[in-house]
Amino acid sequence: MNVEVTPLPGIGVRKDFALRGGRRIGVVTHRDGKIELIISKSDDPDACLAELPLSADEAGALANLLGAPQLVAQLTEEHRDLPGIHTRQIPVGPPFDGRTLGDTALRTRTGVSVVAVMRAGQVHSSPTPDFTLTAGDLMVTVGTSEGLDNAVRILKRG
Amino acid sequence: MTDTSLELIELGAVFFGLGLLGRFAGRIGLSPIPLYLIGGLVFGEGGLLPLGGIEKFTSLAGEIGVVLLLLLLGLEYSAAELVTGLRRSWVAGLLDIVLNAAPGAAVALILGWGPIGAFVMAGVTYISSSGIIAKVLGDLGRLGNRETPVVLSILVFEDLVMALYLPILTAVLVGVSLVGGLTAVGIAAGVLAVVLVVALRYGRFVSAIVDSPDREVFLLKVLGAALLVAGFASAMQVSAAVGAFLLGIAISGSTAENATKMLEPLRDLFAAVFFVVFGLNTDPASIPPVLGWAVVLAVSTTLTKLATGWWAARRQGIGPLGRARAGAALVARGEFSIVIAGLAVSYAAVDGELAALATTYVLLMAVLGPVAARVVEPLARKLRADRPLTNPTTAH
Repeated sequence: MNVEVTPLPGIGVRKDFALRGGRRIGVVTHRDGKIELIISKSDDPDACLAELPLSADEAGALANLLGAPQLVAQLTEEHRDLPGIHTRQIPVGPPFDGRTLGDTALRTRTGVSVVAVMRAGQVHSSPTPDFTLTAGDLMVTVGTSEGLDNAVRILKRG
Repeated sequence: MTDTSLELIELGAVFFGLGLLGRFAGRIGLSPIPLYLIGGLVFGEGGLLPLGGIEKFTSLAGEIGVVLLLLLLGLEYSAAELVTGLRRSWVAGLLDIVLNAAPGAAVALILGWGPIGAFVMAGVTYISSSGIIAKVLGDLGRLGNRETPVVLSILVFEDLVMALYLPILTAVLVGVSLVGGLTAVGIAAGVLAVVLVVALRYGRFVSAIVDSPDREVFLLKVLGAALLVAGFASAMQVSAAVGAFLLGIAISGSTAENATKMLEPLRDLFAAVFFVVFGLNTDPASIPPVLGWAVVLAVSTTLTKLATGWWAARRQGIGPLGRARAGAALVARGEFSIVIAGLAVSYAAVDGELAALATTYVLLMAVLGPVAARVVEPLARKLRADRPLTNPTTAH
């Protein structure tokens, strides 16, 4: 993907790229760290349909939504030869906010492996048991259907 | 009542009045600059309610306002941005100078203000208001547009031109010979080049001198440095404002960001005083005779800025709508036109009517600029819809 980086003197930086249909999507990063999501208009490729200011949390959540399915799709593809093994993304609920991955005891209780934790669009792969979780993290997990169902319940309710 | 208490009351009334004007301007989506000028006209000589006794303070405060306006302009752009801006937009920048300085110079010559008046008016009509324009682009959600970098790099170019123009103007106003003028140009260009190199290579050292983790210390050091540099620059006839501008360029990185945040309220305060003082020194009675010329200038320089933006955007492969937006965005004139006119008036080397014309012109353009930026898109779309064959719609 060819991301175009354009300096905006006195304001910040614009980073965007063209979608297959020709429209542009990207972000304007202000000098003070503010981020705005930009999407070009369909009838005027030079102009923007929207300039949505995003807080750091909101930008992170959006990045997770966009990034996690990719990772899951990739892992599913890799595990296709192993029948009964599934990949799923599971949100971390409030009970584990600020606690470690070890505290969930997922492996012991469900047999599920945590391959990665997605946070603010960043992939933390192969997290160790002392990895501290935050509510809203997305866990990318591999296991049996039953095990994954149990893991969903545990991560939601504690 | 003592003199001090009267002065405090007058000053308080002026600031409070400006606050009310500023709020009103915000409500109707206008830049407060024209309202500050009107405020000055009302309170000044020949106005409705002349104020006395605070001239000493307001004139010094106005000077500090100019220094801060230019210091923050320098802080706004890093040296690297200035250099890339210069490289990317110098052709459009030159066109901008030719098209937009010409109307001002021509009108000054027609009115018989001589070459000095022409040089001053050329600057007044040339320089766009980067403050108004940056705000309008943000308000209208156009920061992500493809024509916006074109607009911004023209503004960067204009600011560099200011750094050359102001010392030359000062030299011309002092009344030096042609050789002296050329020397001033040489010195200004040399100093600008040195500052850019220093800022690019050693910016962190300059920043380290003024930087401090303590807010209060930092504020005092930045303000002190700005006034010192401005004062020495002024003593060497290089124009106080340019000294402050160059200091702003030399300060870089996070120091520049912190300094901007801290100085912004001070700039707003002192710059407001500067606009009022300029209005104070302009006799409202002198405006009607120059009103016709101000309108002529407003119309012609709106068209020339439109042409500049249109052409510059087309060079970057922007579509017709974007070109129109780029042109209209550049229309606003404001603070720096008044800085130039103020400098000319303070040396008393120009016709008194010049201040009136500059005031009227900025009053018109500071209001017209944001309006033009807003209405250009619907207007251009309508024009395009009327003749769809000549401008086929591009990619979806």
